[in-house]
Amino acid sequence: MPRGFDIKHYRGFYTLTLLCLFILYAPLIIVMIYSFNDGRSITVWQGVSLRWYADIFVGPEAEKFKLAARNSLIIAVIAAITATSIATAASIGMIRGGNFRGKPASFALISLPIMVPEIVSAVATLIFFSAIGFKLGILSILIAHIVFCIPFAYLPIAARLQGIEASYEEAAQDLYAGRWATFRYVLMPLMWPGILSGFLLAFIISLDDFIITNFVKGAGIETLPTAIFGSVKQGIKPNIMALSTLMLLVSVLLVTLSFFVGRRQDTNPTTNTEDS
Amino acid sequence: MAAGTGNGRTISGTFAAVRGWLLLPSWLTIGFFLLIPVLLMLVYSFLTKEFRGGVIWEFSLSAYDQFLFDRGLFGDDPPRIEWTYITIFGRSIAQAGGATLFCLLIGFPTAFFIATRSSHTKVIWLFLITIPYWVNLLIRTVSMKFLIRDNGPLNEGLLWLGILDDPVKLINTNFAVQLGLFYSYLPFMVLPIYASVERYNFVLSEAASDLYAPKWVILRRIIIPAVSPGIIAGCILVFVPSLGAFLAPDLLGGAKTFMIGSLIEEQFKGNAGNWPFGAAASMILLSLVLIVLTFYARAQSRDQV
Repeated sequence: MPRGFDIKHYRGFYTLTLLCLFILYAPLIIVMIYSFNDGRSITVWQGVSLRWYADIFVGPEAEKFKLAARNSLIIAVIAAITATSIATAASIGMIRGGNFRGKPASFALISLPIMVPEIVSAVATLIFFSAIGFKLGILSILIAHIVFCIPFAYLPIAARLQGIEASYEEAAQDLYAGRWATFRYVLMPLMWPGILSGFLLAFIISLDDFIITNFVKGAGIETLPTAIFGSVKQGIKPNIMALSTLMLLVSVLLVTLSFFVGRRQDTNPTTNTEDS
Repeated sequence: MAAGTGNGRTISGTFAAVRGWLLLPSWLTIGFFLLIPVLLMLVYSFLTKEFRGGVIWEFSLSAYDQFLFDRGLFGDDPPRIEWTYITIFGRSIAQAGGATLFCLLIGFPTAFFIATRSSHTKVIWLFLITIPYWVNLLIRTVSMKFLIRDNGPLNEGLLWLGILDDPVKLINTNFAVQLGLFYSYLPFMVLPIYASVERYNFVLSEAASDLYAPKWVILRRIIIPAVSPGIIAGCILVFVPSLGAFLAPDLLGGAKTFMIGSLIEEQFKGNAGNWPFGAAASMILLSLVLIVLTFYARAQSRDQV
């Protein structure tokens, strides 16, 4: 069919798509390039060097960044594991729990953390902790992170579970498998790609969070985003660009990983694919 | 977000007997650490402020009163309408609306283009669109700040090309905030529209084309109405977070581009230290968002009938 008659083709849409990608990537790529700039100034290009990468690890701010990275990682790992467990249980309850009266309310409650604007969650959590006299610190950050990670872990897990036919579990239960055995040996292996991508999403979301963390962190405790924010307030320094580039690469790596896990789920022969 | 509604499939209850136990952890966690805190925030918005943070447990409407009226320095002048905060809310709504519009203008063609590719290339395009979304929002905003600052690469580049004679002042302007919001939430617009266009049956376009409808008429009269659920979902996914955004206005804007997010933050982290007022501003923001979401839910349920 000649192009002019292709009903799927609209002139200019391709150009706009390229423009869209250009806008999305240009600032990130420019920061990546400038992170290799040798020189104190962020404006003048003075040749390629890794000095700012070295600066993150051994420079004057190295200790601060190391501590912040440790806090970020500890919080993200624990928050993602906890949220994924809670979300897995909830998705089985919602999707394999039959029809029950509180179902819409349950779903609304699970999605509440994505519905409420982040700054509002931050204010509410801070007020709550202060009202019950809970000391702000790593634990308060962790609790807040678990809460907002739940829906992000829930969505891919529930989507996966909906694609699995109940006949597998029914067969297992017909063969006298208890509920735990049915979950452990039948349902969980089938759900695994969903659980894994839910975990990865929760992990990235926790690692990235700034607003809520900033409210509930308490004095003296920093995660990577709050440390970067504090530093950027005084102007963008070259070491921040190097640190940003590293964090950017970690995110891209994790998303790519989650993407391939998701792809495997498409080709999984045990999946019920008649999704009409 | 249709997960959990059964989707018309036979609803199975293999775990029905224990569903309460399965759901309990999520109810408790979110109920105790988000639902109760939001209710407590509502209570706090009706309390009296304590100097430099915190509250006194005494009923007061002063937070909402301060939002709307100016009663002079000592609070005994006749009330006049206080425009400061209304302006901030108005500006936030305008900024969020503008970001939504620009995201739609570029996001729709992009989503349409991707959805009409072959299934192999589609995945790659989609992947390219999603990656920036997963990059830390703070880092993306800082990158934007780096790019558009007074002697940043954008200005230098335009000067070098001879398009500009003097650097343009971008940072600390409403335009910079708008650009930041647009940049932050663009992927949110593309993905739901993409999902709708993918489900659209192009037989409809063919039929219209056979009846001599021009292509742009087909787009306007047939495709856009058919994919409107995706368009509306995309608009909400951009509008809602833009409304309460903190990073883009804070890092790219200045005092003249103040938005709700910064106003709220200042009450708790900054110098203002007025908790009831911050709680009241948060409640107003939350109400705005709930109104938008209710309209969305209504429109969606009407579509399904």
